[in-house]
Parts: sequence; C-alpha cells; structure tokens
Amino acid sequence: MPTQPVDVLIIGAGASGAAIAWSLAETKMHILCLEQGDWMRPSEYPSSGRDWEARQLNDFHYSPNRRARDTDYPINDANSPIKIANFNGVGGGTVLYAGHFPRFHPSDFRVHTMDGVADDWPIDYATLAPYYDENDRMMGVSGLSGDPAYPPHEPMMAPLPLGKSGATLARGLNKLGWHWWPSDSAIASEDYEGRARCINLAHCTSGCAQGAKASTDVTYWPAAIRAGVELRTRCRVREITRHDDGMASGVIYYDADGKEQFQPAHVVILACNAIGTARILLNSNGLANSSGLVGKNLMFHPYARIAGWFDEELDGYRGPGNCIWSQEFYETDASRGFVRGYTFEFSRGQNPVMAAVHSMQIGRLPWGEDHHRAYRRLFCHRTGMVAICEDLPEEHNRVTLDPQLKDCHGIPAPKIDYTLSENSRRMLDHAVARASEILRAAGAHDVWYEAPLTDGGWHLMGTARMGIDPQRSVVNEWGRSHDVKNLFIVDGSIFVTSAGVNPTRTIQALALYVADNIKSRLATLFD
Amino acid sequence: MLSDDQRRTLRRIAEMMIPASTDYGVPSAADDAIFTDILRSFGRDEPHVMTVLRELGGFADLDPAGRQARVAQLREQHSEALKGLSSVILQCYYRDDRVMRSLGMEPRPPFPKGHEVEQGDWSLLDPVRKRPKFYREAP
Repeated sequence: MPTQPVDVLIIGAGASGAAIAWSLAETKMHILCLEQGDWMRPSEYPSSGRDWEARQLNDFHYSPNRRARDTDYPINDANSPIKIANFNGVGGGTVLYAGHFPRFHPSDFRVHTMDGVADDWPIDYATLAPYYDENDRMMGVSGLSGDPAYPPHEPMMAPLPLGKSGATLARGLNKLGWHWWPSDSAIASEDYEGRARCINLAHCTSGCAQGAKASTDVTYWPAAIRAGVELRTRCRVREITRHDDGMASGVIYYDADGKEQFQPAHVVILACNAIGTARILLNSNGLANSSGLVGKNLMFHPYARIAGWFDEELDGYRGPGNCIWSQEFYETDASRGFVRGYTFEFSRGQNPVMAAVHSMQIGRLPWGEDHHRAYRRLFCHRTGMVAICEDLPEEHNRVTLDPQLKDCHGIPAPKIDYTLSENSRRMLDHAVARASEILRAAGAHDVWYEAPLTDGGWHLMGTARMGIDPQRSVVNEWGRSHDVKNLFIVDGSIFVTSAGVNPTRTIQALALYVADNIKSRLATLFD
Repeated sequence: MLSDDQRRTLRRIAEMMIPASTDYGVPSAADDAIFTDILRSFGRDEPHVMTVLRELGGFADLDPAGRQARVAQLREQHSEALKGLSSVILQCYYRDDRVMRSLGMEPRPPFPKGHEVEQGDWSLLDPVRKRPKFYREAP
C-alpha cells in the first residue's frame, strides 16, 4: 500500500524544526518530522558518570567527524580554518550548545543601510520581537532586564549566579569602564515548566542531565507531540522530490533499518541548519536554486578564545559556563579599523581533565617533576571569554557536495570551502587585545589566546538566504522558496547576515515567524 | 591488544608524564589502577595511541636521557598523535579518586549532586546600570 501523504513534513528535529512543529500543531494538520538522530536519554548524559569529561572528547564531541556516531554524517572541512561543530539527534545542536542566548540587535537587520556592507534583511527587529518573546516563554530564559546594549525585554527567571569568576571579570570591566551584563541564558535558574533548576553541573555542552538547559527535546518536543505531531527518529533524508509542475512532492529517506522510503507531503520544511539544509537541496537536482545561491554565503562566527590565570581561586569546575557578556564593541565604530563588531561571552573555568589536557596542549603544564605544582596553579585559577565576531557573507564561502566522501547511506557528504576575511582578522585582533586588557585589569598574571578558534564552527548560517529579490536570495521574506511554493526553510541558512551573537534564539524566533505566516496564509499558501 | 613491549612503553610514558608525588600525596599515572583505566580508554584516540607506540618501539629499555630524546623527537614529528595519547592519560589520571581528593574534589560525577556557586557581588553592576542605552536604533 502506498504511503499516505502528510500535510507538512519537517526535516530535522533541532532548534527550528521543534519550534515550527509546535507552532503548526494548532492547525491540526498531519505533521511529520523526520530526524536522522536518536532521542537523547538525559540519565545517560556524560555528567552522570565518572568518565564525564572523556565522553565529551568521544561520543559527545561537538565535531561530527570525531564523534562519528552512526547517526552522524561526515563533513569535509579540510579547506576551512574553522571546523564544523553540530549534533544530530532530537534537539539537534541545542543538546550540546551552552545555552548562551542573546537576541539580535535592531542594527543587525540593517547592516547595508547603517554600515554600507552586505545586505539588509527583508524583516526587522520589531517584526521578530513578538516571536522572540514567544520563544523565550517556551525555552525559559534567565537573565536581567535593563541591559543598555539592548531594546527592553524581560527574561522570566533571575540571572545565573555571578560567582567568583564573574565577579572577578566584572571588576576588571568596571576598572576599564566597559559594558557588561548578566547573559541571557536558556538555562533555568529556577524550576520552570516542569524542568528543574540548574545545579551547576558545569557540563552544559555535553547535554544537561538535570534538564535545566533548554534543549528542544525537553522544551518544544513534548508539547508538540502532545499536540499531535509525529516524530520519527533515525530517518535520514536523501533528497526532496518534485512533481512535474515543480512543486515538492515529498522526500526520499532511509529509515531506521536502512531501507529507502518515499514519504509524500503537501508542504516540506527544511530545518537542518546551514550545512544540512544546503546538502539536501544540492542533492535534490538543483531544487530551489534558480539564484545559484544555495550553499553560498556560508557564515560562521569567527571566534577568539582568551583566558587568564589568577592567584585567587575562581569557580573552576563549578557552575554553568554562562555568566556575563559584554557588548562594548558590538556596534560599528570606524576608528577600530573594521565594520560591525563582536560580543564577549565570558565563561567560568574548566573541569579537571580539560584543565590538564588544554594546559598541556598550550605549553602551560609540563611533564615530569613539576607537573603537580604547575597543575595546582592552573586548576580553578583560570577564567576568560570568547569573542563572537560578526562574519559578513561572501559567496566564495560555501557548502558543496564532496565528489568522494559519502555517509553510511551513500549520500554525498558536504564539503566546506571557507576563508577568513580581512575584516574578521582585524576584528579578532581587536578582540584579543581588548580581552587581554580586561583580564589584566581583573588581576590575571598570565594571558593566553587562540584566534581564530579552530574548533569553533558552532554557528552555521547563510547558505539559503532570505530576501525579496529571487535572483539574490533562496527564500522570500517569510521563508518560502522563491522557486518551489510548497517548500520552506526555517533554520540558520536563511540568515542574511550573522550578527555578532549566538544565533539559536533568532533561528527559533524566525521559525515561529515563518509558522505564523504559514498559518495566516493557508488559503493562499502556494499562490 | 597491545604487545608486552607496547604496554611497557605506555607505562613508561605515563610515568614520565605524571610521576608520583609525596608532597601532594598522589600516585603516578603508571599506578596499577590508573594504568588499567588507560588501557581500556583509548576511545577515538586509539589511532594516535597506536602511532606513538609504533614509533617508540624499545622505549622502555632506554635510559632516562634516551627516553627524553625520543619523546622530544616524537613531539616534533608526531605532535597530534602525542596530544591524543597525552589526552588519554590525563583523562584517566584526573578522574582517579585519590587524585580528585588531593584537589579538594569529591570523587563523583557532577550529577545528581551538583555544585554550589556563590551569587557574587551584584552591586558591581551599579555603574553599568547608570549607563544610557547604546544600541543603535535602526531605520
């Protein structure tokens, strides 16, 4: 018997797929989500076992190439100074993200008008603001209102503790007269909607065993499934198929047994982020690519990591990484020698193994007799930050299909070609210099940095950009493909520019915004 | 499965990297319990571990100066492999009960007990609260 068509088929159960599934559920349409990974079991997260740090370097590593679960696919990122980080499973990247949860700023949507670079978005901050609010309620955000770096908004929970590390860094920032504020975090500082409050496991980035961190497997998905959405795991989509009239007809995927299946659908929504979405489109015979821009304009956030060591003991292995941020250098100031800007995301410290591994790698921890004395001067005495630099779109930074490398189903793997721009290099240099000043002002006796951070390809954006002009964009201003009128994209690939902040909150707000557009246009959706 | 020579080499490297310390009351990384843990914990670094052991045949029988020279050579020629091996040894050493206790930590995983983090001095935020908004309004 042929498989019955579904009304809406969502590919990917991560940050955006979960949000749009939940939002569309109220329509009572038959909604199916196909996810290539598994449901996660929080009781089996690394922080529940004595090998918690080892597992972060193995089956919970953020690089799919090292993690190499059977639910992962390989990525050829040899031709990029920044390596890809992701996670494949229900919750997607939110399983491993830190939960650092800033919004975009009004200027982020108007970079061409205000700073003469790249393109403006076809939407603005005011358009997304109600969706940010709705997403905040679903995810649960801790923080503090009144940040002078942002338009007013109200986090619903108290900020995460400042702790010894945050207070030390804050004193340094205050000496310099520079901005800082408690970070908005998708981590429950209080019991919230059935989720228990954070108990400072200090291991947010390999899954939160407590459930305090808002990964979508514990936020949106339970609500979406209660509302009738069907979620099938271990289903890897190979390609989107078309009717003769050019409309999407469904997808071909490999099920949990590795068998090829066809699932017809009236509407297809891609939610696989900027690598996975581009990969599927490119593997679908040029689908939605009359602009030629699918896979192009890949943006990361070039990161710098800067750390300092202090005489006094700091938070070390205690507490969530999230703490405070600074946006002193966020908005464009031409005197700095670059356009746009960056966020400092401050972190607390390191667990014992990572303190040893990293310190040895950077030459701070010796072999032999002096090992123990040196380690005790390092462990729990380190804190610092990352700089999240805005990356501007350039067409030569791109995702293509690798001609040789394939996943376990024989689907071509993505290949990344990326070069760091001169603007990004200048921004990274500036960030390293300012961060060093902060750490010295705070009392650090030793400062180290890495820029760009090689393993920092966490934020993936831009490979199917949104816009009004079909020749210069892949989807329109409400996420529908210009070419295929029953195909939508809701993940980071539709970003026009990257801003200088973590993207997940904006990805989810966009997904809710696209969902509302679909719901309000149901009668004319394909016109 | 490692050969006897490879096991002896690995134990020598572990001891060179982290010797025992009476000052801190901790064993070396070649301690029996820790070494047993190392042997079963190569994980994704197994190719790196095997590269090092292949390059260091006969290592355990060298004198101390000879071993230092071979490690220095390895650091030049196979730095990624040595990083991988070092990571495995450190992962096992710094989760040992005796070592964690010597660092003032309880020998347990983070969950479910968690940790205490002090709130910190929120009055530090007072000067920032007084600052006028500085984000740019967009047209």
